[in-house]
Amino acid sequence: MIQECIGQYVCLAGDIGFNVENLRTGFWQFTIDGLAWGAIYALVAVGYTLVFGVLRLINFAHSEIFMLGMFGAYFCLDLILGFAPSGNAYDRGVALTVFYLGVAMLFAMAVSGSAAVGLEFVAYRPLRRRNARPLTFLITAIGMSFVLQEFVHFVLPEIIEGYGGSNAQQPIILVQPRTQFEVFGASVTNVTLVIVISALVLARLTYLFVHRTKFGRGIRAVAQDPTTATLMGVSRERIILTTFLIGGVLAGAAALLYMLRVPQGIIYSGGFLLGIKAFSAAVLGGIGNLRGALIGGFLLGVMENYGQALFGTQWRDVVAFVLLVMVLLIKPTGILGESLGTARV
Amino acid sequence: MRARAPRTVIAASAVGLLISGCSQQPASDDDGAQSDLAIVQQVQISPDGTAVAVAEGAAAPVDPAGDGAATCPPLSLAMAGPLTGADAPFGAHVRDGAQLAVDQHNAANPGCQVELKTFDTEGDPQKATAVAPQIVDDPSIIGLVGPTWSGETKATGSVFDQAGLVSLTPSATNVALSEQGWKTFFRGLSNDGVQGPSLANYLKNTLGVTKACVVDDSTDAGVGQAGAVRDTLGPIADPACNISIKKGDKDFSAAVNQILGQSPGVVVFASYYTEGALLLQQLRDSGYTGLFAGPDGLKDPQFVKAAGQAADGAVLSCPCGPATGAFAEAYTDKFGQPPGTYSLESYDLATILLTGIDSGAVTRSELLDFVRTYDGQGVARKYQWTDNGELTSDLIWIYRVQ
Amino acid sequence: MSVLLAPGDVLRRWWSELTRVQKWAFGAIGFGALALLPVYTPAFLDTPGISFGGTMAQFAMVAIIAIGLNVVVGQAGLLDLGYVGFYAVGAYTVALLTSPDSPWNRVAPDGWLHENWAWLACVPIAMAVTALAGLILGFPTLRVRGDYLAIVTLGFGEIIRLLADNLAGVTNGPRGLNGVAYPHFGATEDLPHGVFSSGNSSGDVNYGTWWFWLGLILIVVILLLVGNLERSRVGRAWVAVREDEDAAESMGVNTFRFKLWAFVIGAAIGGLSGALYAGQVQYVAPPTFNIINSMLFLCAVVLGGQGNKLGVIFGAFVIVYLPNRLLGVELMGVNLGDLKYLFFGLALVVLMIFRPQGLFPVRQQLLTYGRSARTLLASADEPKAAR
Repeated sequence: MIQECIGQYVCLAGDIGFNVENLRTGFWQFTIDGLAWGAIYALVAVGYTLVFGVLRLINFAHSEIFMLGMFGAYFCLDLILGFAPSGNAYDRGVALTVFYLGVAMLFAMAVSGSAAVGLEFVAYRPLRRRNARPLTFLITAIGMSFVLQEFVHFVLPEIIEGYGGSNAQQPIILVQPRTQFEVFGASVTNVTLVIVISALVLARLTYLFVHRTKFGRGIRAVAQDPTTATLMGVSRERIILTTFLIGGVLAGAAALLYMLRVPQGIIYSGGFLLGIKAFSAAVLGGIGNLRGALIGGFLLGVMENYGQALFGTQWRDVVAFVLLVMVLLIKPTGILGESLGTARV
Repeated sequence: MRARAPRTVIAASAVGLLISGCSQQPASDDDGAQSDLAIVQQVQISPDGTAVAVAEGAAAPVDPAGDGAATCPPLSLAMAGPLTGADAPFGAHVRDGAQLAVDQHNAANPGCQVELKTFDTEGDPQKATAVAPQIVDDPSIIGLVGPTWSGETKATGSVFDQAGLVSLTPSATNVALSEQGWKTFFRGLSNDGVQGPSLANYLKNTLGVTKACVVDDSTDAGVGQAGAVRDTLGPIADPACNISIKKGDKDFSAAVNQILGQSPGVVVFASYYTEGALLLQQLRDSGYTGLFAGPDGLKDPQFVKAAGQAADGAVLSCPCGPATGAFAEAYTDKFGQPPGTYSLESYDLATILLTGIDSGAVTRSELLDFVRTYDGQGVARKYQWTDNGELTSDLIWIYRVQ
Repeated sequence: MSVLLAPGDVLRRWWSELTRVQKWAFGAIGFGALALLPVYTPAFLDTPGISFGGTMAQFAMVAIIAIGLNVVVGQAGLLDLGYVGFYAVGAYTVALLTSPDSPWNRVAPDGWLHENWAWLACVPIAMAVTALAGLILGFPTLRVRGDYLAIVTLGFGEIIRLLADNLAGVTNGPRGLNGVAYPHFGATEDLPHGVFSSGNSSGDVNYGTWWFWLGLILIVVILLLVGNLERSRVGRAWVAVREDEDAAESMGVNTFRFKLWAFVIGAAIGGLSGALYAGQVQYVAPPTFNIINSMLFLCAVVLGGQGNKLGVIFGAFVIVYLPNRLLGVELMGVNLGDLKYLFFGLALVVLMIFRPQGLFPVRQQLLTYGRSARTLLASADEPKAAR
């Protein structure tokens, strides 16, 4: 148990692998899987980026919005649609599975969206009315994050039997991962396809909303200059509500996609780490920038996978944090820079 | 322009979903409902991996009810383990096993009522160091069934040793525990030093495996067991897929990729079923067809439930005996579910303490001496201890999921 | 709601009316009462489910952390979400030097640390190493401001924990370092290892109580030091940086240097607390040093009153004492002690909305001899008015 280290550096080196061979042989597989993860990060990152662009606020509790979406999807599948939790995948055929997934996604979106709106009403609006300092907003966000997590941890089991608590929910696996085709020797499964395509579709819809609708114009106006926007007749409070709503809806969709990928990951603490990574992705791409969130998400997902292949599985999270710190120190505006408030995205 | 964009988007998404959907095979066995797999005992093995026949003519196990005529002052026994937190099911198994013994004893001996006091360590050595003084402070507690995990036993052993409180652990298997010089430590089952090599020898000699990947989860128990397995397997344990995952991880794609690259005959996962089930499922999903094996941390109905069909054919070892017969019936009657891992050991150890109390050992030092010189038959095995608290006989059971 | 939270104002007004001598007298009485608390515990204060001495020892450690974090967050206004990283560095320094599980163990017979005073010798080393860590961390990060600083420090705190978790060759990974040294003092026949060892677990004057007393002495020392800093040029610079950094810079305050000082001093204090923790629990493992505890420490500072070094001690007391008091108390099937994070989260939110300055808001005592200056000014008015 006590390892005699020949010079401390050998000990350190032993724990940080440098397994280039592993990375080389599995390169395309890691890339494909990384894109799937990145899609999920990207959807959550959009929530962070929109709120920051409009309010200059880091919504620390967004990760809990995502977590609530997971529970919402689970609830829908379990109690409404009647799937019993089990370690085996259900196979109801293509059309029905798509239908069930769609219903669960809508339900998750509804849960997350309402949670986000509720958060804004309970925590942030009173602060804005009192003209609080930015530090205060951040501390409140942290507090709400705690409250939501611990609510699911300890109080939810008392309300709905078998939900919440310290253990992950028993999985409900609707889609058995099966390879659809190969790209340079890497298998692309149906799960990966569903995740990436859904994410791209939702991202496109969000983009259209922000750039082609009246509400979207309002969002960009408030992001650019809140006072003038109010003078121009834009209701600031309604825009803020809409922003939170969109962020929440996207987080709910990401929650269902995450459930497809990791069915055993539905636990009260399941949002926290993912939230921080999604925030890193948003910052990486340029916080306040919609396309940046997407690019940042995919980039982070892929880099994380390479990192864990190269250095060892236990270093996966470190990669995300190191990237975050490096971006914030070297170029805080990110790859694409802030631009929600500018004419060009 | 505005109208066309959403239409193209909808078309694209429909096409995408159709592609993914169409390629799914039509269901052969439709509902992915509960699998009917179960963990079934196979054989008892000795440390070199060969099967050992269950001893015929073994004495009947000692009954906690005793002769029904015992008298004693009001006393308690303690049980320490994870009663909340992620490992709560294990702690519950231990507590219920001990509770069954205590209740059977109390029901049969109206003159001697012993209380079982439970202490929650959350499976966390830090919390255990805060809980141990509580146990020691209570003068009515003269014996302890626990702690449950190796980590918490390591952190609290000296507290019990200094207080002279006999502690019988039904589940802590780390080898180093009996080497700390604690006079009060007794282990109710074989340690990792026996289990690891026994399993490795079984895989090597009896199943004839030629290449293995050994995975641990960086915890005390995991690293200890994995190390023992790797050492015994020798060159068969391929160093290129010597992997450490982290407890709590959910995605093992890098590990899976590494393992598949080496195409081993067996993947040995030396730790608990939460991560084991996930890893196994991800391995099978990626096309792994070899064996999956592991020590006692995997042997739990939850493992089969979480891994589903992927668990079929998994080979599990455990120093714990198969919980069948009268004990299993009584347990299921009382608690509404079959006995879990270590329930049997906990029952046996609590029985030993109760027998000691019945025979007149009503102080901590008397009970400690009783256990030290004890030689008797339990439901799982014969119990007799060496000077440093290890069992004198060390046989391991092999199970298979089928 | 603000009225409910305002008793702190009454207390603060009364305290500031007292003279220096009176403050010291009340302080000494308070200190004595606090020290005697574990020995003569009133029934309503006692913690049934867990050792009261142990709870108080934990309180002393968190109080030291709170004072350190107060220097960074409350006085200099730098939101540090990764403060638990410094706590970890301090604890790991002591553990790495004294634990038999560590490859850098320096305890005799191989090393130069003798078992009896190993812990004592390691405390200044731990503080120095942590201060160095603060310097290294502060240099790149303090150029960043506001929310970004918070996130960067959060990232660093997590990186430190993950390094401790993954570099198993040095830190023994998740299994932690066991057998950390502790001060050997007061060894008797019953307690061959002294009153600070975990063998001293029974009764009121258990090892928790002894660690609490040690912690109290350290708290007083640190309060004196930090108080002096507050009333000096450094403290005034911190206030200036906190209120408006750009204005301070344009008035000639070298903001970066003073921010770095705040970081380093805060880190050293955190390292001290880490060393205390390592000695008391004698087991150091990564899961303790997570983000949630960082938030809890921040909660103590915010609750007590950012910038108020006595207020944050009260905040630390609330954070540590309440969950232990409520351990075992059940409400509708839920153990109240488990809900501690829920309550503190709610407390944070409610406080931020209704009383963001905390329960005992700080009142700046910027002048070194402020009291005598004020009395001088007050008496100087009268002759002039009479003329």
